[in-house]
Amino acid sequence: MARITASLYTSHIPAIGAAFDLGKTHEDYWKPVFAGYDFAKAWVKTHTPDVIFLVYNDHATAFSLQMIPTFAIMTGPEFDPADEGYGARPVPKVIGHPELASHIASEVIQQDFDLTMVNEIDVDHGLTVPLSCVFGKVEAWPCKIIPFAVNVVQHPVPSGARCFALGQAIRKAIESYPEDLNVQIWGTGGMSHQLQGPRAGLINREWDNRFLDALIDDPKALAKTPNIDYVREAGSEGIELVMWLIARGAMADVAGGGRPKVAHRFYHVPASNTAVGHLILENVA
Amino acid sequence: MALDKAFKEIPGTIVFDAEQARKGYWLNQFCMSLMKAENRARFKADERAYLDGWKLTEEQKQAVVDRDLNRMMELGGNIYFLSKIGATDGKSFQQMAGSMTGMSEEDYRAMMLAGGRRIDGNRRIGEDGDAQRPRKD
Repeated sequence: MARITASLYTSHIPAIGAAFDLGKTHEDYWKPVFAGYDFAKAWVKTHTPDVIFLVYNDHATAFSLQMIPTFAIMTGPEFDPADEGYGARPVPKVIGHPELASHIASEVIQQDFDLTMVNEIDVDHGLTVPLSCVFGKVEAWPCKIIPFAVNVVQHPVPSGARCFALGQAIRKAIESYPEDLNVQIWGTGGMSHQLQGPRAGLINREWDNRFLDALIDDPKALAKTPNIDYVREAGSEGIELVMWLIARGAMADVAGGGRPKVAHRFYHVPASNTAVGHLILENVA
Repeated sequence: MALDKAFKEIPGTIVFDAEQARKGYWLNQFCMSLMKAENRARFKADERAYLDGWKLTEEQKQAVVDRDLNRMMELGGNIYFLSKIGATDGKSFQQMAGSMTGMSEEDYRAMMLAGGRRIDGNRRIGEDGDAQRPRKD
């Protein structure tokens, strides 16, 4: 049987990808950001999953205003890194897991979450920056990846409560897959940032850290946070944090299992306009 | 159910909802076209002629030519779409975001290094924070 062994959470700031690609990781500005991922780089070598279910959002890259799916699961065999206007990132192509992805789609839709299924799509920094942060520079990603996109661009975006419930449905779906697979679920985006208007540059360190505390200790209560609070307190783009609740909802304790082990926690300001947050939670056997 | 009006009561912030998306549909779709190198070249060669090929309002076209991101946001633009114009101009996201605050590039960068813009006074319109300056209409 497939099982979820861990969840990983991280910001997916494009400037981190650019710093990585341009070899700036040892500059004073970037050093503390990349140091925050040293633990993950070592950890993932002994905790390499077979598949990552990676929750991210598309930033007007593959989804324009022509189509805006609220939740989209990528069921295709492979996905190229997108050219977002600066040329495609020089990172490996993403190899999917069509069988598991289709199984999850089928099971989750039958639990009344109406997913959009996508077979051909280029994936943007929202997906590739977390992979670079954790795996570093590699010729090929060491596992298969199922991209899962959430609309956090045009409001109304899904609520934290809906995302948390979706995570639970995804866990059930994964655990009903017959093959013995080690699956991780990653939630990406955030933390506090605002990229627009006179309020651009907003950072709310206290709110972010309370979010991390609650994500670890009481995700059920955290899931009740209304979307307006994210936008007001964490900035217009801080709403991305609802995606972390999908990954958290898929952890064993939410379904009556043991509390997860906090393997790593990191927070740093700034990377470009944004607060960087990163967390690894392991399900205990 | 319309979006809670509280979303409109955050200072210095335009929440991209269905109303903004309708207003800015072609402005945003024009931006998407800049993801192709040949379109970027055509745009750069004659901005006005390129813009005239799209169903933008005159105000939207002028805001693009002026590179007035706040105005483009008011007219229905979304920052992830508008950032394609910045990419065409060779601007970073930090330069783009900073340009909307009225601060110099250096001051904005220094503010971020010092921990970013504070939330206090910037939660609701009418408080006394630094993001409260009135929008142009």
